Amino acid sequence: MDILEIFTQYYDYFLRGTRTTILVAIVTVILGTVLGCAIALMRLSKIKLLKGFSRLYITVIRGTPMLVQLYIVYYQLNFISYPNGKIFGVALDRVIPCILALSMNSAAYIAEVIRSGIQAVDIGQTEAARSCGMNGAQAMRYIVLPQAVKNILPAIGNEFVTMVKETSIIQYLGISDLMYNNGIVITSTYNPLPCYYISAIIYLALNIILGKGLNIFEVRMKRSER
Amino acid sequence: MENSTEKNMEKNTEKNAILFEIEGLCKNFGDVKVLKNIDETIYKGDVMVVIGPSGSGKSTFIRCLNLLETPTAGTIVFEGKNITEKGYNLNFHRQKVGMVFQQFNLFNNLSVMENVTISLEKVKKIAPKDAREKAVTLLKRVGLAEKADAYPSQLSGGQKQRIAIARALAMEPDVMLFDEPTSALDPEMVGEVLQVIKNLAEEGITMVVVTHEMGFARKVASRVVFMDDGKILEEGTPEDIFEHPVHERTRDFLAKVIHVI
Ligand SMILES: Nc1ncnc2c1ncn2[C@@H]1O[C@H](COP(=O)(O)OP(=O)(O)OP(=O)(O)O)[C@@H](O)[C@H]1O
Ligand SMILES: [Mg+2]
Repeated sequence: MDILEIFTQYYDYFLRGTRTTILVAIVTVILGTVLGCAIALMRLSKIKLLKGFSRLYITVIRGTPMLVQLYIVYYQLNFISYPNGKIFGVALDRVIPCILALSMNSAAYIAEVIRSGIQAVDIGQTEAARSCGMNGAQAMRYIVLPQAVKNILPAIGNEFVTMVKETSIIQYLGISDLMYNNGIVITSTYNPLPCYYISAIIYLALNIILGKGLNIFEVRMKRSER
Repeated sequence: MENSTEKNMEKNTEKNAILFEIEGLCKNFGDVKVLKNIDETIYKGDVMVVIGPSGSGKSTFIRCLNLLETPTAGTIVFEGKNITEKGYNLNFHRQKVGMVFQQFNLFNNLSVMENVTISLEKVKKIAPKDAREKAVTLLKRVGLAEKADAYPSQLSGGQKQRIAIARALAMEPDVMLFDEPTSALDPEMVGEVLQVIKNLAEEGITMVVVTHEMGFARKVASRVVFMDDGKILEEGTPEDIFEHPVHERTRDFLAKVIHVI
């Protein structure tokens, strides 16, 4: 079978590409979550300017293709002198703008997840907290956020899964992720279909493993909560 | 019951001190006028029961007293301070005004013990050990000391509401507000909650209670206020309101809610 044959011959390409894909996805989700929290806080704040900015941000990100965002971030930020050097054989001055673009994209979606997770907590909880004399920040920190996290974490897990797939666009900036290396193998074998099958299986495997991990995590959370 | 007569005397000596002085209180939601120019005085030691038809503005009125709703117009003076003034410290005011909700609103992420101690620790900055000690006393007072480690989801409605009362009492408020504290309860649990509230009233705690429990109002209230269409239509002793209501609307309302078979 072609698939097995090609994989045994070129597995090195696929695996190294996979490593890059995983790395980029992890860093992106972490950065995206941090950025997403900030945007969500702005969205929920009473300050009009911050609220307006975060709304605009979310609208723009959700309303434009990720590939366009990637190129814009890449060219717009080319005045920055990124550190030289490589990580897992990937040039930093290319992968950093990619991670930035992906994180900025992911942040918009995560911000919405956080916002709706917070708003899903019964308003009575906030009212009770405020009635006890807590200020807004205390009510958020001790009462609302701990309850919102249970709504938010599973959705962030989904975002993680999405990111693993969407990282595939960074091949267009010449980063040797799974799809980029997939292309290399195609040019040397002239046999695209098995290559795409191999990549599909790898993406699928990654997300199944990730999904299982998230499941275990969720069950733990539920158990600790009651 | 000599203890309670002693308390009642205490209550009477303090009686003339004004707690809330409300003048021209109005609240609009958009174009809807919900409270229409309410004037009212609440004295220390009052057990004020607010009755009236659904939608008459009872909840809105009681929520204005701890500024969960911001009045559209009018002033509320609490213990000599105008709390409706811009920039008045809301969090400080709310520490002195306990609130009990129809839907209990216990903090779902916290145990019963933590529900009571959290504001002591975070707002009053009381040491955790002292806060726990105080909470134990309060839980005993509402008869639920054994539930300290339970979570809200493990409690019955009546138990939740008694914990909510303990939580509000923890801040040692000068007045307790109850917004239909028994309306969300199964009938067999109404009694236990009303008993706790009655005990508080007998201890001389000032309270404003919105309720449809007319038996409770008759027995416990020092004053009954009848609200209709955003206004206080009529008020007086339980006897005044229940035996000799002046207004047609009051009579209609009472005829509907008091079922004599
Ligand atoms: N947040 C709000 N936004 C808009 N309208 C509101 C709001 N809260 C209350 N209202 C309206 O104000 C009116 C009075 O409401 P309120 O809850 O104070 O009445 P109530 O006397 O407590 O009634 P009930 O016995 O049903 O609890 C109602 O017509 C209600 O629809
Ligand atoms: Mg109401």
